[in-house]
Amino acid sequence: MGSRTGRILLRAATGAVLFFMYVPLALVVIYAFSDKGTSAWPPTSLSLKWVELAIANTGLRDAFLTSILVALGATVIALVLGSLAALAVARHQFFGREVVSFVVIFPIALPGIVTGMALSTTFATTGLPLGILAIIIGHATFCIVLVYNNVIARLRRTAASQEEASADLGAETWQTFRYITFPTIRSAILAGALLAFALSFDEVIVTIFVAGGVKTLPIWIFQSFRLANQVALVNVAGLVAILLSVAPVYLATRLTRDTGATGRT
Amino acid sequence: MTAEAEPPRSGSSAAPSSARRRLAVALQRRPRVRLGLLLAGPIGWLVIAYLGSLLILFLNAGWSRDPFTGLVKRDFTLNNFAELVTNPVYRTVTLRTIGMAVAVTVTCALLAFPIAYYMARVASPRLRGLLVIAVLMPLWSSYLIKAYSWRQILSGDGVLNWALAPLGLHGPGLDVVGLWLVLTYLWLPYMILPVYAGLERIPNSLLEASADLGGRGMFTFRRVVLPLVFPALVAGSIFTFSLTLGDYIAPSLITTTQFIGNVILANFGVPNLPLAATLSLVPLVVVTIYLLIARRLGAFEAL
Repeated sequence: MGSRTGRILLRAATGAVLFFMYVPLALVVIYAFSDKGTSAWPPTSLSLKWVELAIANTGLRDAFLTSILVALGATVIALVLGSLAALAVARHQFFGREVVSFVVIFPIALPGIVTGMALSTTFATTGLPLGILAIIIGHATFCIVLVYNNVIARLRRTAASQEEASADLGAETWQTFRYITFPTIRSAILAGALLAFALSFDEVIVTIFVAGGVKTLPIWIFQSFRLANQVALVNVAGLVAILLSVAPVYLATRLTRDTGATGRT
Repeated sequence: MTAEAEPPRSGSSAAPSSARRRLAVALQRRPRVRLGLLLAGPIGWLVIAYLGSLLILFLNAGWSRDPFTGLVKRDFTLNNFAELVTNPVYRTVTLRTIGMAVAVTVTCALLAFPIAYYMARVASPRLRGLLVIAVLMPLWSSYLIKAYSWRQILSGDGVLNWALAPLGLHGPGLDVVGLWLVLTYLWLPYMILPVYAGLERIPNSLLEASADLGGRGMFTFRRVVLPLVFPALVAGSIFTFSLTLGDYIAPSLITTTQFIGNVILANFGVPNLPLAATLSLVPLVVVTIYLLIARRLGAFEAL
């Protein structure tokens, strides 16, 4: 498609797809500052009324804090487990290596409803309580792959020879990790952790199955859909949700420009 | 490297650190033990929390709900599976869901190709970087709010009907066609990114060779570009297919039509947990088959 017309058509198609992708997001922003409490278009005037109401809403604030707590918990677990798995797979030859990468990807490749059903059935069958801990366990399980992918992409790009040189020069395992391996993968771990935070903060499909009455921000939003005259309030909460997942991802993209492993697998 | 990062001299080690040193030396000599320590945490977690949960899901699918007490009876029975196969409602819902997944996947592929092609082969490196971010941002924006925004767009007094009214047209409304549009919107970035990566990997020399041998634009596209990018298309389709199959929120927000996810959720918990478990094997089995086919088509190398 080297021709001029082809190029113009491609540019037009690209513009159209980007327009399609951004209009619904732009509308969230507009509705959040719309004077009306309904989705009727066009809005008559702009107002900060709903932002003030959202800040004053204790249910919304609690849900927001719960989501932060859950995302932090899931991120810490995913960060540790994902990095360990990546180090094992990238730097060792062993039987079943393929299986490890498959098992790590599995929780995110299967539909969320299967993960949600499996976890909630397990909690119901074993008698363990649903709630915040159950949500953190669920989220950590499918967040591992995000850290794993970022760290393994970085390890594959850096030669193991540096670590071998370190060992040849007399450094013990821990020293090599601390002075050679860790500085290499540090920003990749951080990028993976940011993605894990963003995914957890946003997750609702699995969360609904394991929440058992606990309200994360997405669950609060989901339940408010049904309430009349809360449209603008929901849009304010949605705006916060969008910003808090997009900002970490933007940072993660800057941190991993070399490998670009910011897709969801 | 700063002075701080200099490894401490080994001669100055006191008793506790010499114990640590012995451990480190032992680990150095036994890579298997080191590997075991690295893998114990992640594999232990995934096997217990995930594969274990799936196993309990399978068990529950073979149990039943006592109609009098409402409790789960832990005796194996095939009743749920019989219900799944013989009840025409479940068959209709399953086929409808798979049909939707196929429609959404095909639409996403058609929409993703031009923008991915532009990003990978036309745009300047700087613009390419910006476009990748422009595609990533909607992907990571709150899923729930994107679906809700579409509910507002498609509703009777929403922005779509407002924009189409001067043309004498109206939007698809809150129904199956609207849902097809919404799901296409939601999963489109998941298709764009792998296809873009696949197109970027094609060496220019191959396209030049095709042109030198007399291949016109469309011919080169059909015979060189498409076969090379096909695994990446399949990789993207894993997401569009699997995500559609497992979604119950967008269907419930946009339509009143039942999809497999809605039926699972309706039976979840008190109504009939074992039946819900059996029903959730449907997306599990369909996606597993899809993953196996995708693997044969080389999609896993394109991820």
